[in-house]
Amino acid sequence: MINEKTITDLIYQEAELLDTMQWQEWLDLFHPEGRYWMPLEWQQQDPVLQPSLMYEDLLLLKVRVERLSGERTFSQKPKSRCHHLLQAPRIVACDPAAGVFKARTSYIYTETRGDLLERYSGWASHEFVEVGDTLKIKLKRVDLVNFDAPFGNIQLFM
Amino acid sequence: MAKYGRNAHAIAALVREAEVHRDVYVDPEVFELEMEHLFPNSWVYVGHASQLSKPGDFITATIGRQPVLASRHSDGSIHVFYNRCPHKGVKIASEPCGNTGKFFRCPYHAWSFKTDGSLLAIPLKKGYEGTGFTDTQANGGLSKVRNVVVYRDFIFARLSDDGVSFEDYFGESLSTIDNMADRSPEGKLAVIATPIRYMHTCNWKMLVENQTDTCHPMVAHESSAGTAVKVWKREQGDSTETPMAVQLYGPFMSPYEFYEQSGIRIWPNGHGHTGVANSIHSNYSDVTGYLDQMVAAYGETRAHEILGEVRHNTVYFPNIMVKGAVQILRNFIPIAVDKTLVESWVYRLVGAPDKLYERALMYNRFINAPTSIVGHDDLEMYERAQEGLKSNGNQWVNLRRLYESSEEQDVTAVINGTSERQMRNQFHAWAKFMTMDMDKHVEAAE
Repeated sequence: MINEKTITDLIYQEAELLDTMQWQEWLDLFHPEGRYWMPLEWQQQDPVLQPSLMYEDLLLLKVRVERLSGERTFSQKPKSRCHHLLQAPRIVACDPAAGVFKARTSYIYTETRGDLLERYSGWASHEFVEVGDTLKIKLKRVDLVNFDAPFGNIQLFM
Repeated sequence: MAKYGRNAHAIAALVREAEVHRDVYVDPEVFELEMEHLFPNSWVYVGHASQLSKPGDFITATIGRQPVLASRHSDGSIHVFYNRCPHKGVKIASEPCGNTGKFFRCPYHAWSFKTDGSLLAIPLKKGYEGTGFTDTQANGGLSKVRNVVVYRDFIFARLSDDGVSFEDYFGESLSTIDNMADRSPEGKLAVIATPIRYMHTCNWKMLVENQTDTCHPMVAHESSAGTAVKVWKREQGDSTETPMAVQLYGPFMSPYEFYEQSGIRIWPNGHGHTGVANSIHSNYSDVTGYLDQMVAAYGETRAHEILGEVRHNTVYFPNIMVKGAVQILRNFIPIAVDKTLVESWVYRLVGAPDKLYERALMYNRFINAPTSIVGHDDLEMYERAQEGLKSNGNQWVNLRRLYESSEEQDVTAVINGTSERQMRNQFHAWAKFMTMDMDKHVEAAE
């Protein structure tokens, strides 16, 4: 039976998979129609006709994951690593009858490569869909507090 | 130790016929001289008139490193000022854009200025009576940039009072801006969102050169575009329609022969573009209803002529690139000798289907964002070059690909698309606009 703990466990599991670079297992958390979205505007509503930093389906996420281990992916020599520090997720909706599962999680994200280290702060909003006896990610939305600042490379996933 | 200041000869010697000295990318003094000479002598992009649609609207920008402010006055005219109060130098506007109402008001001592820059009021004005204030520059209000041209809504400014006229500076290169605007059935473009911003730890000229570097995509972007093509082939199954995303990534992997035949056109003063015969933008899917709109607006012949022009990257010297076929402008803003802010703007084709704007936004985030895998490929190369050029083993960068000793400068020509001639063209212009007023500065100092 899916409950609030199912949601929070899944969010923690996702962060751990990213921190341990288990990319394929991370992709497996997504529903085939799932999306990863990084808006570029405050409280953005539209991912398609408003500019975003990322709005990617599973095909594009697979490209990213496969690229990370590519023989000629020079921006990953040396490789990047990441760290997610999550606040306890706030359950926005957990309604098995309606099939609606949503949570919002405040985070600090660190990405490092070589001697460089960058920190980002923001909120992750997850929407899940029930598949069998488990949940899959329908939408992961990542809002950075300083979405409008000019960043250097962000190569991994928040 | 100053090697290059007030020394036009030393600056000119950095550029050989097909090589440039590494100091143009790594020497802080050369960078300072670019800010002092090159940018003020050039026509630099400030913004788009659609960002100033109502009286009182303003935008802020930088030319070289100097902060400027553009405003729409009550009579509809557009003005560009140095963004500083004539009193103590405080920036009048600090936001990227906004509406100031009927006047600008300095937040420090409430000096106010009309939206044409003239001085409106100073509190306790009596305190300036008999002080000679009326003879000072401050009495004239916000210092104005005198040379401003709005061409098809693109606002350009030249800070130097003397120099090459707008028409002579850009000449036929304006045809790319024309083509981008003509792609709207109403002949109009609109900026309706913020740009994607991406900080680069490299010299600004590396980015400009890369715009017409057609021998790098199939190499540097094998990791991104190549992987996209590979994953799609594996995952496509029975799909007959290539997704928009794959249509955008795929052509980056075109072979050398494709780029060779597509050609490069160069123009005087350092401008030039890739994709003369065709380009990586040629084979995108048609958008339903768009051609009909264009034919209705322009007639059959002219509509096909406009849409048949699919130039790849047009460099407007010194520091912007325009992609007419995808409605993108990239502004390479110099911050320091090894730091460049890239702002990539998307224009909406007024009156055209949403799908075209969707595609332009998608292209922009795929290629020009800090989260873009194509961007990661490129920035890695620029950063390695910025480091590698510190080496003393060889102090020259080689731009000799398809060089001919008979090459003329400041001409219009169409050449093989894998030539490095546009880079040579840019550096010829670089030396010209760096040194054109150096002798005068020496005289003034003496």
